[in-house]
Order: sequence, then structure tokens, then C-alpha cells
Amino acid sequence: MTASPQSKLLSMSEAITEHVPSGSTVLMGAELEQMIPFSAGHEIIRQGRRDLTLVGPISDMLFDQMIGAGCASRVMAAWVGNASSGVGYCFRRAVERSIPHAIETVDYTNFTLAMALHAGAMGVPFMPTYAALGSDIIKRNGNLREFASPVNEERLIAVRALRPDVAIVPVQRADAQGNSHLWGNLGVAIDGARASRKIIVVAEEMVALEVIASDPNRTLIPGFLVSAVVHEPWGSHPSPVQGYYGRDHVFFSVYHEESRKQEDYERWLERWVLKVSSRTEYMKQLGESRMASLKVREHAYTAAADFGF
Amino acid sequence: MVAAAAREIHDGEIVFVGMRLPMIAFALAKRTHAPRATGLFENGIIRDTPASEGIFTMGDPANLRNATFCGDMISVMSFLQQGKVNVGFLGAAEVDRFGNLNTTWGERNGQTVRLPGSGGACDIACLAQRTVVILVHDPQRLVPLVRHITSPGNGTGDGWRRAQGLPARSGPSAVITTMGVLRFGDDGEAFLDSVHPGVRVEDVLSNTRWSLRVADNLKLTPVPSEGELAVIREMDPDHFWTKT
Repeated sequence: MTASPQSKLLSMSEAITEHVPSGSTVLMGAELEQMIPFSAGHEIIRQGRRDLTLVGPISDMLFDQMIGAGCASRVMAAWVGNASSGVGYCFRRAVERSIPHAIETVDYTNFTLAMALHAGAMGVPFMPTYAALGSDIIKRNGNLREFASPVNEERLIAVRALRPDVAIVPVQRADAQGNSHLWGNLGVAIDGARASRKIIVVAEEMVALEVIASDPNRTLIPGFLVSAVVHEPWGSHPSPVQGYYGRDHVFFSVYHEESRKQEDYERWLERWVLKVSSRTEYMKQLGESRMASLKVREHAYTAAADFGF
Repeated sequence: MVAAAAREIHDGEIVFVGMRLPMIAFALAKRTHAPRATGLFENGIIRDTPASEGIFTMGDPANLRNATFCGDMISVMSFLQQGKVNVGFLGAAEVDRFGNLNTTWGERNGQTVRLPGSGGACDIACLAQRTVVILVHDPQRLVPLVRHITSPGNGTGDGWRRAQGLPARSGPSAVITTMGVLRFGDDGEAFLDSVHPGVRVEDVLSNTRWSLRVADNLKLTPVPSEGELAVIREMDPDHFWTKT
């Protein structure tokens, strides 16, 4: 028997300190509206990271918060805003008025961003697609280039591979090595994680290897790829985590109102990010009754699958 | 508007469901005339039944529960690229006479405004067999030429899509507004196909910033039935999405 490998468990603060330096290209929000790593984003803001390239298909309001806090110099995304209400005011201020500073926006479509990560995950330089042909998106994004197919007469788009420095991926449960079970809609999480040079897994729950190995089809990130595991219950609030908590629609709507003006956004940031030292403190501020209202009302367990032989 | 959108879904079809109103339209179609329609969501969900309660986003937990498939985006988008998706729904800040859509750059009070961008809209507009657009009818939104083609319609007219390399069986099918339904002629340009009850044709034309052609056999959009209205109210009890 070999000794069990060392645990990769870190606190959120340690994980961000170690694996997300300023200047990094960071993939977040890979599971779309589910499981957005808000607690990781807030820690990045608290640690004052700058010059980040944020990568994510729709990003929802986390990117808006990070742009407003001055963390990002570039966004590579298909959609930046607030899924509940449309516009992201910090994103708009940065693009339209360079507040707090100018950012570069590299517009993708969801499919082309998924393919950029797929190419990265496969280790090839590009993926071909018909998507985005005829759009003005391809005129402004040098990573989407028309080419003549070498096998027939067609024109396609070559989507250049993307390899983020680090992917931050919330999962329902993981073991200390980072073997991760996640379920629900996956968005670009699998390709995104595999395309990235490092992966930080943010787990709602820590489990033993035996639990992971009991259902290996549900292991969507193998532990050997993972750099750090953060055990962070409620780490995705206000976005939902299937089987753990629902979407806090009110929190999204309130942020929409309170980010409309720069000074109000700064107050919001102070209250929910800068003045709370950890997710535990953030949840305390949110309050027991709000948490109770978001908890699973009716559990729905899957049918057991038999791995016996 | 939602009822008219639902009627664009035929029974047994594969539907790429977007955010907001299309989610309600899909639920409505499923529970009325198209019980065998299948819904694909770009976050990786496939459903044979609408969600059991109203949802704000396609990733709300109720939309995952009892899904028939939960996977990744590239899987469902690949079905789209294979040509398997019959109809996809889109919203837009601007639509033009050829059905091109803009959701990237807008204008408010003379100022340029940055909008959220494509999401999956451009992919759907490129790859679905039929695209249905839903938007509020006002002169700021129905413009002669969009300032930015986020999602291509018929470009500059007949033959444009094929010249770009887009799939042969794809393109805009209907634009459903708060005033009526626009469809597209063989030349790729939109015409007014029906007006909603109580709406005058001249009001449609004066709220459209190009000279919109009117069908010779202009129709009246069928009034939503009591049954349809009941489903809409159930899916959106607070009128969060169905204000207009």
C-alpha cells in the first residue's frame, strides 16, 4: 500500500492567494446560472487582484461585481449582465465611461466560447463551426476566423483554443484530492476545467473517496487535475446549487437596483464583500431565515445505479 | 404575444428555448397544442415537460428537476449545429427589415449603450431551422438596419445567408411583437402577416422605422383562449415577464 496522497484542502483565502495572481486568465461561471463561484470572486476582490482576464459564457452578475471593483482588464464572454434584469451597470460604466477603468471586451457566442474551451481541453489549436458566420461578432474577435474547409467547399469559423490559467468550479461534493461529483446542467464546466492549467474546486460538501468511487460516472473532474479544494458551504449564493439551495432572486434584483449608480454600488460592495472576511460571515449577514427560505423544500434523490458484479 | 409565440411550436418539434418569455411560451405550447414537443436549453438541459413552477432563469432548480437530460452546452449546441432543432426563440434590442438582431450595442438619449451581448442568440440564429423573435414593438427597436449584427437574419436579402456559409435550412421565420406578427418573403424581407386584436395597421406602420410591407391577406392574430391565459398566469403569477 502506498501512503494516501496529501490533501489539497485550502481555505478560500489560501486558494486565491496561491493560485489566482494578478494578470491571470480566470474561468468562472462555467455552469451558467447554476453554481456561480461568488465566494471565490468576492475573495479575489478582497485580495485586490488586478488585470485579470475573466472568461465565462454568461457570467451573470459576478463579472459585473468584479469589473466594478477594478479586478478585470479584459472580459471574454458571450453575455455580461444580470440574468434577472438584463443589464450589468458596472460592465456598462467600464465599457462606456472607463469607470473604474477601461476594459477590453472580447465578444463570443455561447457555442463559440464552449468550442474554444473544448479545443483547449482536447489540446488542438481550434474547432470548426458554422455558428457566428455572417455576424459582426467575428469582425471584432480575432479568435474567430473564417476559413475554407480542407475537406469540402464550405466556409467555417475556426474558433481558437482557449486555455485559462485557472478554472474556479463549484461542485456539490468532492474528496480531499479533488475528485468531484457534480450534477445538474453542466454548461462549459467540464471542458472549461480540463482546458485550464489549474483547477480550484469549491465544494458544498466534503466526502470520502469511497463515496466518489461508489458512483464514478458522476465524477466529472478527476482529482489529478485539481490544484486546490475549498470546502465552502453556500459558496455559490445567490446562484443555486441543485440539491443544496435555490436561487435567491431577490438578491439579484436588489443588486440590480443598488448597482445602478456608482456610489450605491460602492456601498453594496462595502457591505457584502469588503466588510465581510469570509463566506461564513457573509451568510451570517444574510441571516438564518433567508437561508432557511432558500434550502431544498423537497428532496428528489436519483434512482440508485448498481455497480455490482 | 406569449400565446402567439407558443403557436410557433408545432407538436413533436425540437425547440431551443431561450430565456424569459420563450420559457413561458414553451410551457404553454406543451400544455396545450404541442404536448410532444421537446425543449433544449443551452445550459445543457433537455426536457419533455415544462418546469413544475415559474422560473426566472433556465438554471433555476425547478428546470433541472425531472429533466430528461442534464449535460453540457456543447452537446445541446451540437444538436443545433446538426440541424436537429426545428425552432429557436430569441429576444432583441433591435430587429431590422431583414430580421437581423442586435443585442450588443444600443442607444439611449443619444448615448451609446453597451448591452449584454449574444449569449446563445447568435448560435440559434445561425443554426436553428426556424428562428422566432419576440420583442416590444416601438420605433427604437424596429429599425431599417441594425447597428450591429449580433445574430444574423437574412443579412441584406435573398441569398445572403447561403453566401455567408450558413446552413441551407435555417433563418428567421417570425417576429412577434406587442402589435402583430411579421413574417419573411422569398426576398428575405419582413412583411406584416397579422395584427393583434385592437391594433390598427397604421399604428404598426408608424411604430416601424422602415416602410413595412403588409400582406395582401392580412390576418388578425387569434385571441388567447381562457385555457391559454390560465397557463400563462400560472407560469408567471406576478407578471414578472408578461407585463406587456
